[in-house]
Amino acid sequence: MTDAYPLWLIIFGLGIGSFGLRFVFLGLVGDRTMPDWLLRHLRYTAVAVLPALVAPLVVWPKATGGETDPVRLGAAALAFVCGYVTRSLYAAMGAGAAVMIGAAYWPY
Amino acid sequence: MPHASTRSAFLRGLRDGFPFLMVIAPFATLFGVIATEAGLDIFETLSFSVVVIAGAAQFTAIQLMSENAPTLVVLVSALAVNLRMAMYSASITPHLGRLPLWKRALVAYFLVDQTYASAAFDFEKHPDQTLAEKFAYFMGVVVPICPPWYVFTLAGAWVGEAIPQELGLDFVLPIAFIAMIAPALRTGAHRGAALTATLVALACAGLPWNLGLIVAALAGMIAGAELERRALQ
Repeated sequence: MTDAYPLWLIIFGLGIGSFGLRFVFLGLVGDRTMPDWLLRHLRYTAVAVLPALVAPLVVWPKATGGETDPVRLGAAALAFVCGYVTRSLYAAMGAGAAVMIGAAYWPY
Repeated sequence: MPHASTRSAFLRGLRDGFPFLMVIAPFATLFGVIATEAGLDIFETLSFSVVVIAGAAQFTAIQLMSENAPTLVVLVSALAVNLRMAMYSASITPHLGRLPLWKRALVAYFLVDQTYASAAFDFEKHPDQTLAEKFAYFMGVVVPICPPWYVFTLAGAWVGEAIPQELGLDFVLPIAFIAMIAPALRTGAHRGAALTATLVALACAGLPWNLGLIVAALAGMIAGAELERRALQ
């Protein structure tokens, strides 16, 4: 599946890039601070990138050939609600997994 | 007695970092399983965790590779997930910026969500620490967090190679990401950013080279920043 990739380029590219992001202020910028507008945008990076990555996977899963699947939609919705209400990563993962496993072994 | 005080700072860090083992172990194991499912061998999987040492970015890269996204998109998207590390770096610099360069490089390498959060809270709570004590505390936190990240990746890679590919763990990763996102939506601005990114990602899903991801992420960041600005006014 990943044979077509220059895997070591990706690993070291990500390693050097991640280190650069962590080192940029500690090592190079020193005590100067970033402009407020930039910090404000950076604060929302994680909560923007991850939903954008997940949303198409939930609605058009590749395992079903891109066809919307009620079980996966349900698992995702329940995981989200559990995570949001309980603020617990494990409650959310458990809820999602329970739906997927339950559907797989449901005696039709 | 500087030696005794740095020792006690190191032990305090060790104690504060320990509970995170509960988060690190299952997450690293999951990465090992998913990476081997995607076709990486054990050595490649372990190298990924040692060289990159950033969970969400590693998961993103593996996901995009299994979707056949172009290499550049894999790199840019995974690094975008890691942009918050630059904020951690900026925030920790007033405390550790006077260390010698090699120690700053060491701190930078180990600067992950959990080590940053522990150190930021501790330096705020005990502001009169010396530079040596702060560095000792940070390295104490690192011990129960970063080496286990490698060890459990390896364990997951071993388990993963034993799981037949047909079992299809395709939906484990989306669920894991949702489980990370949902508890993080603390404010209206966070919810607005996530909702905007979701809708734009679905609308732009047809764009080539996974560019929809980048467009949606930028739209979400702009929405979050704008909502925060308005809430402050």
